[in-house]
Amino acid sequence: MSGLKLVRHVAARPETVFEAITTSEGLSQWFGPDAGPVLTAEMDLRVGGHFKARFRMLDDTEHECSGKILELEPPTLLTMTWQWLGREADGESRVQFLLRPTAQGTELIFTHTQLPSEDAARDHERGWNGAFDKLERYTSTAQSTAR
Amino acid sequence: MVNNQASLDRVFGALGSPVRRAILMRLESGDDFSVSDLAAPLRMKLPAMLKHLDVLETARLITRKKTGRTMFVTVAPAPLAAASQWLQRYERFWSRSLDKLLAYAEKQERLPKKGRP
Repeated sequence: MSGLKLVRHVAARPETVFEAITTSEGLSQWFGPDAGPVLTAEMDLRVGGHFKARFRMLDDTEHECSGKILELEPPTLLTMTWQWLGREADGESRVQFLLRPTAQGTELIFTHTQLPSEDAARDHERGWNGAFDKLERYTSTAQSTAR
Repeated sequence: MVNNQASLDRVFGALGSPVRRAILMRLESGDDFSVSDLAAPLRMKLPAMLKHLDVLETARLITRKKTGRTMFVTVAPAPLAAASQWLQRYERFWSRSLDKLLAYAEKQERLPKKGRP
């Protein structure tokens, strides 16, 4: 299964970072990969609540994503599902912000994991790892390791 | 993508044979092999080899392409390639977004606390 994990340190308290992530005002200040504007930033901050964000990039393309809040523990945890508008075939994925207070401020542990469908992802991983494990067990001269 | 039970069954079915495992181990290097190159060290006749390759191809573990009169076989990295593409796309997106998030949060942190609920 594919997963992205990014760890960052920031000189701000978890409360401040959490507010920047979970309020429309905050989201509209940073969401999106370039300096293009955020057009919509909605967050119904409760478990089961929905978020929606739309931004325009400098190349004039617009992108919208939405999802549902799965876990919420202010100011340390936000987990939500994630889907791009118009790319529903990619399926849902899961985004998580985990904030830990540190002496300097906050450690942000961000993860985005691919979940074409949860079962498929699990089976996929098990299938491939399993296949290569099996291959290795049978091959005493194996030089490459299971990937 | 290996994304359903039937595909997985085919993968495991394909791996159930020592010959096919030997073929995959050689292809793992990433090089292309001609069918006769693959068959030679296994002391196999071509028709038998082609049958094994059919099974591996159906399980999407290999791809075959013909160049002139020679058939070349390559290990199929599709499921792994799809995964790495996904990662790259999101890594760029989030890395840049988070940079902006952290810059914004640090700026907010330095503001006087008046507006804070």
